[in-house]
Amino acid sequence: MSVPFYVSPEQIMKDKADFARKGIARGRSVVVVQCAQGVIFVAENPSKALHKISEIYDRIGFAAVGKYNEFENLRVAGIRLADLRGYSYDRSDVTGRSLANAYAQTLGSIFTETAKPYEVEIVVAEVGADESSDQMYRLTFDGSVADERGFVAMGGSAEAIEGAMSAAWQPNQDLETSLRQAVNALGQHGTDERRTLSPDDLEVAILDRTRPRRLFHRLEGDSLADLLQGPQAPA
Amino acid sequence: MSHDFPSAFGLVGTSSFTEFLNASGNESLVSRSTGSAASSGPANLEAPHGTTIVALVCGSGVVMAGDRRATMGNIIAQRDVQKVFESDALSVVGIAGTAGIAVELVHLFQVELEHYEKIEGTPLSLEGKANRLSSLLRANLGMAMQGLAVVPLFAGFDLAEERGRIFSYDVTGGRYEEHDFHAVGSGSTFARGSLKKLFRADADTDAAIRVALEALYDAADDDSATSGPDLARRIFPMVSVVTASGVETISEDRLAQEVEQMMAARLGRPDGPQASMNGGAS
Repeated sequence: MSVPFYVSPEQIMKDKADFARKGIARGRSVVVVQCAQGVIFVAENPSKALHKISEIYDRIGFAAVGKYNEFENLRVAGIRLADLRGYSYDRSDVTGRSLANAYAQTLGSIFTETAKPYEVEIVVAEVGADESSDQMYRLTFDGSVADERGFVAMGGSAEAIEGAMSAAWQPNQDLETSLRQAVNALGQHGTDERRTLSPDDLEVAILDRTRPRRLFHRLEGDSLADLLQGPQAPA
Repeated sequence: MSHDFPSAFGLVGTSSFTEFLNASGNESLVSRSTGSAASSGPANLEAPHGTTIVALVCGSGVVMAGDRRATMGNIIAQRDVQKVFESDALSVVGIAGTAGIAVELVHLFQVELEHYEKIEGTPLSLEGKANRLSSLLRANLGMAMQGLAVVPLFAGFDLAEERGRIFSYDVTGGRYEEHDFHAVGSGSTFARGSLKKLFRADADTDAAIRVALEALYDAADDDSATSGPDLARRIFPMVSVVTASGVETISEDRLAQEVEQMMAARLGRPDGPQASMNGGAS
C-alpha cells in the first residue's frame, strides 16, 4: 500500500502561484492609465468580439488579462453585483471599492480552496471628479488587492511596460499623451524588441469624466487612429 | 449580499437581469404577487394614476409625449409627474396606469436593457426590447386583476430598418406594433382622434412635436384626468424625440415657445387646427 506524499502548505501555495503566474505571462498585456479627462484602458487585443475591457457601471470599468473564460466569469459577476446594488439602493451607492472587495474575496477563496487557481489579473477602476479622486484597484490571482496611482500594467510584459510608463507618465496630462504613452509602452515586448501597434491591434476605452451618467466609452476606428497619430507624432 | 460572490453570480447563459434576480434569491425585489388578496377581487385602495401618452413617427424617427398629471379618484395627486422615460440610448417608454407600479416597471426595464448591453457588449434589437417589456408586463398580471394595471407605450429607433417604430401593450403583456401613431391612458380616445386628423407621414420633427402637443391638448380638453399645459406654473407636457443619433428630451424653454404658439392659435380657434376635407391638416 502506498503512502500519500506529504506536501507542505508552503509548497502547495508556491506551486499554485507559479502556475497562475505562468498562465498570465503567456497572454498579451493591458495598461490602465489616468489622464485629465478620465481613466484610459488600453489592451493589445486584435479581436473585436472577445473583449478584455468592459463597462461595469456608470463610473466603473474593468480590464483583465489571462484566461478568457475565467475573467469573463468575473466580469459578468461584477456587472450583476453592480446592477443589483444600483437597483436595490441607488446608482450612487455602487462603488469600485465594494466591487474590488468582492473580487478579492472570490479570487482569494478560489486560490486557497480549489486545486487550480484562476490564471487572471484584473483592474477595477472608478473615475472621480478629478484625477486625485480616481481609484484603480489591481487584483491578482491570489486575491491580493493593490490601490494604484497613475498607471497599472498587467500581463506578459508587465515589468517592461511599467518601466516605460514610469519614465513617461505625469499627472494631469491630456488624453492623447496618456494614450500614446500606453501604446508605446505596450510595444516594449521582451528585452530589445520594439513594435509599433496599429489601431487594429488595440482595444481602447475611456471612463470619460466629462460625459453624462454612463462614462464608459470605447475608442475605435477613425477616432482612435486620429488620437494615436494626431498633429504631434508620438515621441 | 456578503463580500464573496454567491453561486448565482456565476450563472452561465443568461444576460437578463430579472432572470438573474430570480436565480439569486432576490425575486422579492421584482415580485408582483398579490398574496392572499389575489382571490378577493378588485382592490379598494386608491393609488395615483398616470393618464395620457401619445407617440407618432416622423421622418427622422419617433416622437413621444405625455401629460404631467397623476390622479387619485377626483383628486389631482401630482401636477408634474414624469411619465415619459428614456429606456436606453435609442428608445423611450411612456406609461399610463397605477403610477407606483409603472415607475418601478420602467426602472426595471431600464436596468434590464443596460444589463444586457453590458454583458453582451451590444444592445438588444428594438424588437428584442419590445418583447422584453412584454414579459415584464406579464409578470404584473396578478396586480392588474386587482385593478392596479399598467399600460406602457414603447417607441424607439430601429437601426436595422432605419425608422422609428411604436409598440403598444395590453395588461396581459400582449404586444402590438402600431403604425404611424398611438395613444394610451384615460385621454387616449380623444388624443387618438386628434392624431388621426393631424398626423402626416412626411412631417419633420418640429411638426411632429407640435402635433403631439395638440393631441395632448385635445385629450385634456375632454378628459378631466389629463392635464393641459400649466402656463402659470410653467409645467408643460414631457416630449422626447428618438432619432438615429439618440434620445433628445425637449427642453422646457423650447416647449414654452411651442405651447405659447399653440395657445395663441387656440385663442382664435379653441378646438385647434382644422383638418381640410381634401386630405392633409390645415
